[in-house]
Amino acid sequence: MSKRISTTLHTRGRFAALTVALCSASCGGIQNALNPSGPQAENLSRLWWLMFTVCSIVFVLVIVAVLLALRNRTRDSEQAAPMLEPPREQELRRRNVVASAVGITIVILFVFLIVSFMAGRSMTAELANKNGLNIEINGHQWWWEVRYDDVDASNIFTTANEIHIPVGVPVVFSLRASDVIHSFWVPNLSGKKDLIPGKINTIWLQADKPGVYRGQCAEYCGLQHAQMAFWIVAEPQEQFNAWRQNQTQTSVPPSTDSQKRGQQVFLTATCVMCHAINGTTAGSNVGPNLTHIASRNTIAAATLANTREHVRQWIVDSQSVKPGNKMPQNNLGEADLQALVDYLQILK
Amino acid sequence: MFKQLLLCVCLCLFVASCKREQRQFSQPPANFKAYDVTMSDIRPGSPGLPQPVQNPSDQRAFDASEGKRLFTQYNCSGCHFNGGGGIGPPLMDEKWIYGENPENIYDTIVEGRPNGMPSFRHKIPDNQVQELVAYVRSMSGQLRKDVAPTRNDSMNARRSEQRTERKTPQRSSPPPQ
Repeated sequence: MSKRISTTLHTRGRFAALTVALCSASCGGIQNALNPSGPQAENLSRLWWLMFTVCSIVFVLVIVAVLLALRNRTRDSEQAAPMLEPPREQELRRRNVVASAVGITIVILFVFLIVSFMAGRSMTAELANKNGLNIEINGHQWWWEVRYDDVDASNIFTTANEIHIPVGVPVVFSLRASDVIHSFWVPNLSGKKDLIPGKINTIWLQADKPGVYRGQCAEYCGLQHAQMAFWIVAEPQEQFNAWRQNQTQTSVPPSTDSQKRGQQVFLTATCVMCHAINGTTAGSNVGPNLTHIASRNTIAAATLANTREHVRQWIVDSQSVKPGNKMPQNNLGEADLQALVDYLQILK
Repeated sequence: MFKQLLLCVCLCLFVASCKREQRQFSQPPANFKAYDVTMSDIRPGSPGLPQPVQNPSDQRAFDASEGKRLFTQYNCSGCHFNGGGGIGPPLMDEKWIYGENPENIYDTIVEGRPNGMPSFRHKIPDNQVQELVAYVRSMSGQLRKDVAPTRNDSMNARRSEQRTERKTPQRSSPPPQ
């Protein structure tokens, strides 16, 4: 008996812990629509809270009404003969209740319609006036190609899976896809927008607070859809300018013997068929641009932290990490592999 | 009785069709090995041609479609265009300068050929070469209909490889330079 009670308590404790964890998880976080960090997300979260509050109230009212009805129900034993015609007063009262409930429902739905329409308009209407920063996103299975556009061609550069943006500046994203439909979603900063092959979609967002926000593909796009994430790093303007300045540079030339050998390995092995490193003869754009790979915090679309060990593992057998991704396994010799990783580590 | 038989046949067909979509993400063991460069029929040892080689990718639809993707991404289409040829010879016709067998095409890709075809040795992993070989063969209808790619992702005047009728391979000499 005591064992059963303790088991029940244990289960209950676990349940409570889970509930608390879920509730607290929804309070903060780097990928959370309820923790808005920009005007777009604030717009959405206001809409969400309005709908949540109104629907909760309606839900509670309906439950109360059901409970009242259950409590006040007439029992068979209390009434001998069935009531063929209800009293007129009672009938009138009931009709009024139902009619007003229907009326209120219609009003609520109309309010929702108008509010969500307004929110949608305010999120897209000013798109043409946002002349801050232009970033082109190209969705691939399963990573994000990021190209910073500029009127000055020498400032245009390509990176992947890590998007730096200045704080307080609207950023316009042009979204396209190279294979299947993907969806661009940074819950803390904006809503979703699909990347559709053969079409360019646009979305703008703005970060009001510096920070790191996680984005995720929100449209099922194949085997590794869940591992197709990216980071948005919002930083003060000077910091962003410094980052941008660095990204427009060509790659760091190798200095030690090992690094030089690594570069040769890169340029003569399979890597060169898909990847580009600006400043070398590698210029393919099938895979992510690796000119500044070492400056990124993660590799493989935010799947692995960018450490030496992970890079090595990814080169040798990426299929064990993300089965089905387009990077083949590589049979490089140990010395070549070490040299290659040495070289990739200096590409800040 | 007839119904049960029919059901059995249907189930067998279903099971058989699973093989078509088989995907092998890890590199398969080297069961399809390149020959040494063979530019002529003269070889040491006992006479006779070597055993024909089976390309495992010839049986898998996924591999053929991957070959199709790589054909564009590795810029094969830069010279061969979409199979019609231009700078390089066409691949969708019945003429084969260096042989139509999987091992010949493998050699062509890995070793390169005179007058323009570069060698992709060490640049393309073995399994991807196999996929490319399967796709190149599908362009002139050499693959089974259920393996050849069924449609093009982009607008293309050419019929899909699946709808290309099989052309009987013929030996051909390179065009005069």
